Amino acid sequence: MEQLLSEYLPIVIFLGLSAVISIALLIVPFVIAPSNPDPEKLSAYECGFEAFDDSRMRFDVKFYLVAILFIIFDLEVAFLFPWAVSLGDVGLFGFWSMMAFLGVLTIGFIYEWKKGALEWD
Amino acid sequence: MAELWTTYGFPLFIIVGQSLGVLVGLLLFTAYILYADRKIFAAVQMRRGPNVVGPWGLLQSFADLTKFLFKEAIIPSSANKGIYLLAPVITATLALSAWAVIPFDDGWVVADINVGLLYVLAFSSLGVYGIIMGGWASNSKYPFMGALRSAAQMVSYEVSLGFIVVCVLMTAGSMNLSDIVRAQDTGAGMFGWYWLIHFPAFVIFFISAIAETNRPPFDLPEAESELVAGYATEYSSTPFLLFFLGEFVAINLMAAMVTILFLGGWLPPFDWGPLHAVPGIIWFVLKVCFVFFLFAMVRAYVPRYRYDQLMRLGWKVFLPLSLGWVVVTAGVLVAFDLAP
Repeated sequence: MEQLLSEYLPIVIFLGLSAVISIALLIVPFVIAPSNPDPEKLSAYECGFEAFDDSRMRFDVKFYLVAILFIIFDLEVAFLFPWAVSLGDVGLFGFWSMMAFLGVLTIGFIYEWKKGALEWD
Repeated sequence: MAELWTTYGFPLFIIVGQSLGVLVGLLLFTAYILYADRKIFAAVQMRRGPNVVGPWGLLQSFADLTKFLFKEAIIPSSANKGIYLLAPVITATLALSAWAVIPFDDGWVVADINVGLLYVLAFSSLGVYGIIMGGWASNSKYPFMGALRSAAQMVSYEVSLGFIVVCVLMTAGSMNLSDIVRAQDTGAGMFGWYWLIHFPAFVIFFISAIAETNRPPFDLPEAESELVAGYATEYSSTPFLLFFLGEFVAINLMAAMVTILFLGGWLPPFDWGPLHAVPGIIWFVLKVCFVFFLFAMVRAYVPRYRYDQLMRLGWKVFLPLSLGWVVVTAGVLVAFDLAP
């Protein structure tokens, strides 16, 4: 417990200090800078004219697809981490198990490539 | 009472002092990195760059900071105010706090945890939250599109970054960043560092690092000609400064990660007596500056990518290549029984 504390307490303190610096920087202009708001200044920017419609509009489903693909591959990376650290200990069996796992994912990758999920047009 | 002070108070005091030292040093370094970036960009275009404030313009960044502090902070009336103000704070805080585990010299690290690499990877991934929150909360078209593009771009390149980190991890056998640097100290000087044996991975990591931090030529989220200023369009004053600061601290972090993973961290370039007398932090800072110089040159020379080209490069080129390199590295390490 003591060791865990001595290793991770600095991170908490570092995180706290960087948050304090950021928040202090955020607050300063609200205290010392002038503030003369008017409706035109506070309207959303859209090339100088009134906004046509709400900005929370429909967007390309491709972004959603990229997010799904990212989850698959990022999970793969997360599985690789513990295996990579202990590569010297898991031996040949561990090596081939991971290769089988990567092989399965590669088949999936080839499938989505052929299906055109990676095309962006 | 005195015992309480020696067991808890004093170590706490040391930790706070160290953290403040690192943060202040980092912010000063970032100020001059910004200046260097502008000077290099100017030199490539045969301009002088900032040269008015202070000798050779050396105080330019501090003048910019003062100006940001005295500007009116605008919150658009249609924005979600809480999230709008939270987003830049999150970006800057996350970018700064990733530095807690970076070793500047042997033992010069605020938190010497054994999952340092995972920590850095986690914090650089969380950076996408600040951007997407800012873009959404602005409730304006350009920030929204910029944030979407930025999120898609960052997650795409993060995958190949992760695979390459795994390659280095296998070779070094540890996730502690100090141990990774020590593993590169093979007595062969700069030829024992991982840039040589992992050369393809080094190149992919370098390019992915540029894409991950939205630097030119991959600065699609804030392509001026298309999206005004991307996710930061509605921001002014210090909220904008915090986004900007977070971005540059993240770039410095990537330069530091390239240094630690591939360029031997604090190790001198040749295993020769007098070079070991130079403090390790000087080698570390020199290497970070060198990597940043490369980033700045790329920004000055290379024209901006198109978005479909960017996604194709990330998913169809870097992902298979880095995955292949993981298999090759693991295969060689297991076949020749080299795994630590």
